Amino acid sequence: MTKNNLLFAGKNFIRMVLLLFAVSIVTFALVSASPIDPLQANVGQAALGSMSEAQKDKLRSYWGVDTPPVERYVNWAKDFIRGDMGTSLQYRQPVAKVIAVKLANSLFLMGLAWIISGLLGFVLGVIAGVFQGKPVDKAIKGYSLVVASTPAFWLALLLLIIFSVWLKLLPIGLSVPIGVEASGVTFLDRIRHAILPAVTLSITGISNITLHTREKMIDIMESDYVLFARARGESLWSIIRRHGLRNVLLPAMTLQFASISEIIGGSVLVEQVFSYPGLGQAAVSAGTGSDVPLLMGITLITAAIVFLGNFIANLLYGVIDPRMRKGGRRG
Amino acid sequence: MSCTSKRHILEIDELSVSFLQYESGKSSRQIELPVISKLSVSVHEGEIVAVVGSSGSGKSLLAHAILGLLPYNAKVAGDMYFDGELLDEKKIAALRGNKIAFVPQSTTYLDPLMTVGAQVRGGKEEDKKKKQRGLFKRYGLKEEVDGKYPFECSGGMTRRVLLTTALMGDPELIIADEPTPGMDLALAKKSMEDFRTFADEGKGVLLITHDIELALEVADRIAVFYAGTTIEEALVSDFGSEETLRHPYTKALWRALPQNGFQPLPGIQPYVKDMPQGCPFGPRCSLYSEKCQKEIPIQRVGCGTVRCVQYAGEPLAVHSHHHHVREINDREILPKRRAAGGQL
Repeated sequence: MTKNNLLFAGKNFIRMVLLLFAVSIVTFALVSASPIDPLQANVGQAALGSMSEAQKDKLRSYWGVDTPPVERYVNWAKDFIRGDMGTSLQYRQPVAKVIAVKLANSLFLMGLAWIISGLLGFVLGVIAGVFQGKPVDKAIKGYSLVVASTPAFWLALLLLIIFSVWLKLLPIGLSVPIGVEASGVTFLDRIRHAILPAVTLSITGISNITLHTREKMIDIMESDYVLFARARGESLWSIIRRHGLRNVLLPAMTLQFASISEIIGGSVLVEQVFSYPGLGQAAVSAGTGSDVPLLMGITLITAAIVFLGNFIANLLYGVIDPRMRKGGRRG
Repeated sequence: MSCTSKRHILEIDELSVSFLQYESGKSSRQIELPVISKLSVSVHEGEIVAVVGSSGSGKSLLAHAILGLLPYNAKVAGDMYFDGELLDEKKIAALRGNKIAFVPQSTTYLDPLMTVGAQVRGGKEEDKKKKQRGLFKRYGLKEEVDGKYPFECSGGMTRRVLLTTALMGDPELIIADEPTPGMDLALAKKSMEDFRTFADEGKGVLLITHDIELALEVADRIAVFYAGTTIEEALVSDFGSEETLRHPYTKALWRALPQNGFQPLPGIQPYVKDMPQGCPFGPRCSLYSEKCQKEIPIQRVGCGTVRCVQYAGEPLAVHSHHHHVREINDREILPKRRAAGGQL
């Protein structure tokens, strides 16, 4: 068994390396093909006009415009393999440090949204599935479908208008209050600033999980074993508790870990609306500003997070599902 | 009915089950597919009654209908009585798993993620452990089987597990849907002995099976199921010779038995969508006549009943011996919730 586990982990590690390699090439190719001129984007037309050729040359070499793309990629890759993600051109700080700060901001946001949407989505999905066709199901389904077709940034704007502009309950943006020293920022301040973006992400994340959980729950409620449980006089609550939750947990877990990618994708838009200085916003500014090292770093880190999420789901499957735990060999 | 004055445990009077189905994938028009029509069967105390019919003829639905467990797009009509009491949805729900035990037919009826021991005990854990272990032991299921998941059990083991679920409680009636396939002969015999013992305690067993030889061996009476209805109810002793049987299909079934000539009956049972008018067996019957195209009532002939125009027996008044008074035209739709139907 341990040998099998090692083999499994090894295979997945190779998969991750290949994935990251592919992602890095695609990202680099896209940035190279981008029509954005890093000098104009970062220095500005007016400033460039007043510079001498020598200054411009210096800038060109700083932004890597004068180096052929393949050479730039190889240089970047060599450093990356050695563990050096390079220096962000915009922040003039090591990429690793920039990502660490931004990720810390975003993780709070995304973690909160991930847990809220996962839990609520699961509960709503189970309720809707058990009471399929009843008013409560119709309400939950209707809500999920409406939210699923609502763009995240639009919802973000809506919440912003309601809670920040009209009700003035929550801050309009950023992750900390304006005009306060870093040492004066309290944990409560951070939470107040994270509420709206987290809620936006949660609301949009719920629908997907709800609808999928609902489908699974309907399948379970129509299964032979639930029919048999009813034939044996088990109450609805007992059926849900003993058979429903047990069987819906596995697909729900897969969904929950697969939703990491959606949360990260959603955070890019939501952070932009709320000017929340997280990983998503950094990714946007790195992309539009041709900050190649930072963009590469962020892309690879998020790809690795998504991959690890799915990997954890796979591992948990093996632990939780008795058919895999005990029957793995028979396959 | 028949020649016994024993107490009825279960009586089913002209039970019909139909499904509302979309005509096709594209159409939104729903059509009604009758899968069981006017089926009557009864189980007395001390009796094993076998409903015998070919595979895929809707026999399992009969069990589900009795238990009130049909899907929401099913429509049920007809009357069912348990211990002489007319059943409705609420009463059925109270009987399920209590007075009526169900032995389902396949391994899919077990929760794939719960050990079979825990499933047989059914929630009320510790106090049932001893009984469950005893039953498992009786059916040759070793202690280690308690902790096995359904996917780890062979087909025969699963059957035994399903069988023990019925014996865990203290039911009046066991409805067993194909309980023996996959068991070896000795085990099948043992389970049938258990049914016999159970019935002899003044209880009843409704055995739904395609295996007529098994039915002949263990049952007291046999109801022959053809194209969604019972065309004949006969004592097992009636199967001693062709002459004592009533319906042409039952006679053909008798001739098809190995010991009686092994003569196959040509043709197949009609599919619900193209059911013939009147007698469903008509198109395959050598005695087919115009009379067969009308609605044919069940009639009592000797100690059994038959649904065939050749017989002019007394019409069946199922509940003449009950205090129950009811009007024949006022069929109770049961359960009412289902009759309203729903959309897919």
